[in-house]
Amino acid sequence: MMLSRRTALLGLTSSWALGRSALAVAGTATSVQQSRFVVVILRGALDGLAAVTPYGDVSLVSLRRDLLLPDPAQPGGLLDLGGFYGLHPALSGLHDLYANGQMLPVHAVAGHYRSRSHFEAQDYLESGADRRLNSGWLNRVAACLPVNHAAPDGNGLAMGLTVPLLLRGPARVGSYAPPSSQHPDQILYSQIAALNAADPVTGPAFRNGLKARGFSEATLDGTSPVQGKNGQKPSAFSVLADAAGRMLAVPTGPRLAALEIGGWDTHAGQKGRLNAPLRQLDDGLTALRMGLGPTWANTVILVMTEFGRTVHMNGTGGTDHGTATVAFLLGGAVKGGHVGGVWPGLKQIQLFENRDLAPTTDLRAVVSGVLRDHLGLSQAALVSVFPQIPFSPENGLIRQA
Amino acid sequence: MLFSGALTRFGWGPRGEDTLPFVPTRSELSEQITAPDAARFAQVGSTADGLIALRQQRKGKLQGDPLVKPLFQAEVATQLDALLLTNQPFRERLAWFWFNHFTVSLRQGGTRGIVGAYMREAIRPHITGKFSDLLLAVMRHPAMLMYLDNSSSIGPNSPAGLKRHRGLNENLARECLELHTLSPAGGYTQNDVTQFAAILTGWGVDMQAQQPGFSFHAKAHEPGPKTLMGKTFPDGEEGGLQALHFLGTHPATYRHIATQMVQHFIADTPDPADVTFVANVLHDTEGDLATASLALLDVPSKGNGGSKFRTPMDFAVAVMRALSLGQADTPSAPDDPRSAAHTLFGGFAFLGQPLWTAPLPNGWSDRAADWSAPADMMARADWAWRIAAHVKTGNPLDIAHHALGNTLRKPTIEAIKHAGARQDALTLLFTSPEFQRR
Repeated sequence: MMLSRRTALLGLTSSWALGRSALAVAGTATSVQQSRFVVVILRGALDGLAAVTPYGDVSLVSLRRDLLLPDPAQPGGLLDLGGFYGLHPALSGLHDLYANGQMLPVHAVAGHYRSRSHFEAQDYLESGADRRLNSGWLNRVAACLPVNHAAPDGNGLAMGLTVPLLLRGPARVGSYAPPSSQHPDQILYSQIAALNAADPVTGPAFRNGLKARGFSEATLDGTSPVQGKNGQKPSAFSVLADAAGRMLAVPTGPRLAALEIGGWDTHAGQKGRLNAPLRQLDDGLTALRMGLGPTWANTVILVMTEFGRTVHMNGTGGTDHGTATVAFLLGGAVKGGHVGGVWPGLKQIQLFENRDLAPTTDLRAVVSGVLRDHLGLSQAALVSVFPQIPFSPENGLIRQA
Repeated sequence: MLFSGALTRFGWGPRGEDTLPFVPTRSELSEQITAPDAARFAQVGSTADGLIALRQQRKGKLQGDPLVKPLFQAEVATQLDALLLTNQPFRERLAWFWFNHFTVSLRQGGTRGIVGAYMREAIRPHITGKFSDLLLAVMRHPAMLMYLDNSSSIGPNSPAGLKRHRGLNENLARECLELHTLSPAGGYTQNDVTQFAAILTGWGVDMQAQQPGFSFHAKAHEPGPKTLMGKTFPDGEEGGLQALHFLGTHPATYRHIATQMVQHFIADTPDPADVTFVANVLHDTEGDLATASLALLDVPSKGNGGSKFRTPMDFAVAVMRALSLGQADTPSAPDDPRSAAHTLFGGFAFLGQPLWTAPLPNGWSDRAADWSAPADMMARADWAWRIAAHVKTGNPLDIAHHALGNTLRKPTIEAIKHAGARQDALTLLFTSPEFQRR
């Protein structure tokens, strides 16, 4: 309901002559215009049962005793999420957000595919289809948003040296990596751009690279304020997350961004190995929040991975490739403070193919709910983002202003 | 008629002092891979040396890799020197292509002390032999067994499994089927992955031996015959040998590696006729990689799809070779950060493709779409500018003609002629569209 009204009025924000009630709704549309959406890809398949552990499920202990952390309230234990689930203690920043109602884990999600190949699954996850497309779903979202004349690279921003498939496609997007301190001057840069102008691949790349750099450096004014804990160097992910936050905080800046972080493919020694990447993720998401500043209130961040891992521990204290896992939504616009999704159970007959957490929520339904209620995408726009599915977007993910 | 620029397509770009013509003859190219490997590696250890260093570090609880690090630095120095100096660039490209096909990454598995030895001992000796021999050498090398966890995979019904309640780790088995051999087009199932993992149980690393290295741990091997792709393989190490021979000579494997080769050497989107052509050669020669590599010169498309976009690694090597950096008589010192090899090592990382550190077991992409984002191009401009700052002699236009031969375009010549400084002229050369291609 809310949705169709918003959608219908998108684009009317500059109509001064509207009546009082319409102006009020236009205000809503303005806030939709200001909304920001960030996607963090966890490459390598995060074990959802380790990140958000259903410690209240009686079957859990027999399946993976040696992988489990103590229950909440015990030393080194899980951080409680409402009495059935517990959050991994390395995710303490996320737990604070949960306590503030700004973090929503959704459990037992999976893409629409059932591949256990990292590479196929990542392609499908980013394509948003059951085959590899030449564009990613976030690029198609960028194409649905009003043209952003003020941002030199349009609505989307890839953080890192390369653009992930998620953001590739016809809509123009920027990419950002921290600039080096030594580089050619403006004149030489423009000669390089001219030399490449006619080339279909390098021409646009240099053109947009220069635009992005002028834009970025003005925004980022030199050194990054991000500090690691205990004076340590911040991780590359935190540096990029901080930069992303500050670039998204510019009112006329990009509205969509993608980041990625690896380290999740825990076939062996999982219990020890997961601490570092989880902490890096948590620190980076904190840096992103700090970088966003007040824009945090209008932001939704989705953290997603290509598939989950086996419920049973494997022979080497790790887990192998599985199916359903957890996804996180966080941000000032998220209606959090509980765990979403439908718990499928862990009894042997409840497992998918006798080994994996069974999927109960299509990740695209979660994404569609965010796109509809946060970015104001119409039904027609949603179909252009996820072409193949008869989906029903999840309700109630976004805080209504 | 060979492709224009075959010396860069099949090699790494000309060195300043190269006397090979920019478009070599077929026999000049084929000689590069039929003659024995001329690369010589100085001051390096064996796989056993690397494992001993790792063992000592663990035993002494030494922090900061004090024993492994010098071995690694020596490998970087000598292997990147070889890449900069090689007179067999086609062979050298094949070596790095096959390393990437059988990726071992420093991101996991603790292989820093042996990854260089893996390249020299498992990959290089087999790149012009039979594919199934290359596959076997890789699958028995401690670097691969450690990187993809097989050294700790245990048959649940083996004596060790029953005693310690441990079991399978599917990682190596899955990636071997998916990436190294059949590919998903081969039609294997989850059950095949599990069966293959059981076949490979016991294939591990003996760290305690005087000369540590590959060892078949019979007590960790899942007992009994196993069935993979409808074929039954016997118990024991023999089952693994047979299974790898079966996979290494399977038609789906030939098709898959032909696709990878055509994609690397000919076009980002391989022409199916080219793939069939190379796959047929592999089939007819029982997987002879020298013959298949030479067949790339004769693919039906004749390379009409255009040139290949250089990856960061290709780009950095080509820049340094064009500038004749690195000297045969003064090898890079392993601990000298200003040496040619370590400059190249730093360049790979700066440009987004750090050496032996691919994100995942499928290795680095070699497609243009993955390396041509705005930030990629800006990084190339910045790195080229920094390297060019150190060049104090030579006429940039001569360097350009030598590096790009008949692919050098008029606008680039004009830009170089009008540049105000040598550093600027060389930066323009290295950022020109034609220099981004091989």
